[in-house]
Amino acid sequence: MSIDRETARRVAKLARIKVEEGDLDALAGEFNAILGFVEQLNEVDVEGVEPMVSVTPMRLKRRQDAVTDGGYQEKILSNAPDAREGFFAVPKVVE
Amino acid sequence: MSSLNTLTLADAREALRSGDTTSAALTRACLDAVEAASALNAVVHPTPDLAMQQAEAADARLKAGDAPSLCGIPLGIKDLFCTRGVASQAASGILEGFRPEYESTVTTQLFEAGAVMVGKLNMDEFAMGSSNETSVYGNVVNPWRRGNDDTALTPGGSSGGSAAAVAADLCLGATGTDTGGSIRQPAAFVGITGLKPTYGRCSRWGIIAFASSLDQAGPMAKTVRDCAILLQAMAGHDPNDSTSADLAVPDFEAMLTGDIRGKTIGIPKEYRMDGMPDEIEALWTEGRTMLEDAGAKIVDISLPHTKYALPAYYVIAPAEASSNLARYDGVRYGHRAKLGQGDGITEMYEKTRAEGFGAEVKRRVMIGTYVLSAGFYDAYYNRARKVRTLIKKDFEDVFAQGVDAILTPATPSAAFPLGQEFDDPVQMYLNDVFTVTVNLAGLPGIAVPAGLDRQGLPLGLQLIGKPWEEGELLNIAQTIEDRAGFVAKPAKWW
Repeated sequence: MSIDRETARRVAKLARIKVEEGDLDALAGEFNAILGFVEQLNEVDVEGVEPMVSVTPMRLKRRQDAVTDGGYQEKILSNAPDAREGFFAVPKVVE
Repeated sequence: MSSLNTLTLADAREALRSGDTTSAALTRACLDAVEAASALNAVVHPTPDLAMQQAEAADARLKAGDAPSLCGIPLGIKDLFCTRGVASQAASGILEGFRPEYESTVTTQLFEAGAVMVGKLNMDEFAMGSSNETSVYGNVVNPWRRGNDDTALTPGGSSGGSAAAVAADLCLGATGTDTGGSIRQPAAFVGITGLKPTYGRCSRWGIIAFASSLDQAGPMAKTVRDCAILLQAMAGHDPNDSTSADLAVPDFEAMLTGDIRGKTIGIPKEYRMDGMPDEIEALWTEGRTMLEDAGAKIVDISLPHTKYALPAYYVIAPAEASSNLARYDGVRYGHRAKLGQGDGITEMYEKTRAEGFGAEVKRRVMIGTYVLSAGFYDAYYNRARKVRTLIKKDFEDVFAQGVDAILTPATPSAAFPLGQEFDDPVQMYLNDVFTVTVNLAGLPGIAVPAGLDRQGLPLGLQLIGKPWEEGELLNIAQTIEDRAGFVAKPAKWW
């Protein structure tokens, strides 16, 4: 299947990456090159094969459901582009 | 001693313990080398003050007779590792100015073992690349050249800064990370040794994530023994990474006996690629002979799904990356775009990510978004995960037949020129054709320098081992190192 300009626009939107109108065709071309390469996977017989979830056969560890960390608001906010009064600040979200 | 920075890690350890030198002197030698090597662009955030403090602390410990394995050893740390108070931005513009308030588990363990950090090392942006050309800091230049030809060559990627720094003696060893070959391919391109451990051997906590089911940290160093010493300090269970294995870490260095008699080494026929340079083919045959001479039994094996590894990788890795990189939104850290009148939060996300990410990262995030999107998830992502199961099974089958390790070339070519034009992104992806299977199967793999090509560039061999058998793998690699006798160094031009 081939990715057209509209699909490229939709994918960019889903990924929340602004792509200029003039760059959409080139982007669609690159997607097609990569997806064309990936098409080879259709040659493989995967009937009855489980999709891999974990590469090492390990049981994930469980831990106590308890608060073991936290209490450093300043450190959390120290790298924020905009932090005010102990919060991350963003443009207005609610009208 | 005029060139302390050229010592191997093991020799430096002896010199420090015996009192022949001090960490301060050794660290100073490395810092001077870093300063003189700006043309390589390998060290992007030098940390000389921190390094000298750590060196003095290490000298005090050495004097007190309390010297852990890496006490006083200067290392370089890939920019992907979060280091407290020191810029850690995965070579991306989107993490501009980010200074972590915490330390990754791997670097914590290295510092506890006494290591000194000379600085943060260049890499491909978010570890996505095979030539170190996607970095926001600019290209790393390989210290090696083709004879007298001054064409700038790639050090490989993504751990290109780590590779160049070790090869140019700017530090005694470095950390790398490997998602599809990012330790082994650059190690091969600069004539050093690089090990990707079994998935889960080293904690991923505090390492900026690319593709979480494939990422694994590992050592890059001048010798196999140095890699063993570094891995010892980097490995181990970490409650902060639920995928880190709760297994005892063996004494890797003690396992370097040089005795591989009776071991069975597999040679996979699928790794003989069309158009592979005859020198690489010849090197592979030499490697086979070296192991045979050392008493190993060589068998021909088949890993039938090999050709599907790269396509599966280019679904799974972008899918995971699109999810992992969703966190870069201009809210909590790093870059935020300047907003126009009337721009809301969606414009903030879209502009921030457009400005902050480079072209290759955007491409992969969008490919990942596409293969995970409604209607395509089964056709791409689930199919790739099924193929991944089959690729892992290929390896399980040959190990069940009694194969102890697998010998392959490390890369399909020697280092190529920076700035080389490719028809499409897939051409660059082919660099990882021999290494990517190992990540998909979660296995340990090591690249060892084994010879030079006609133009005088290093070539490496790869050994692939059974899960958790890094000790045995290092021992077999030691056999190749001993027999290949690779001692060549790049002629200093920088």
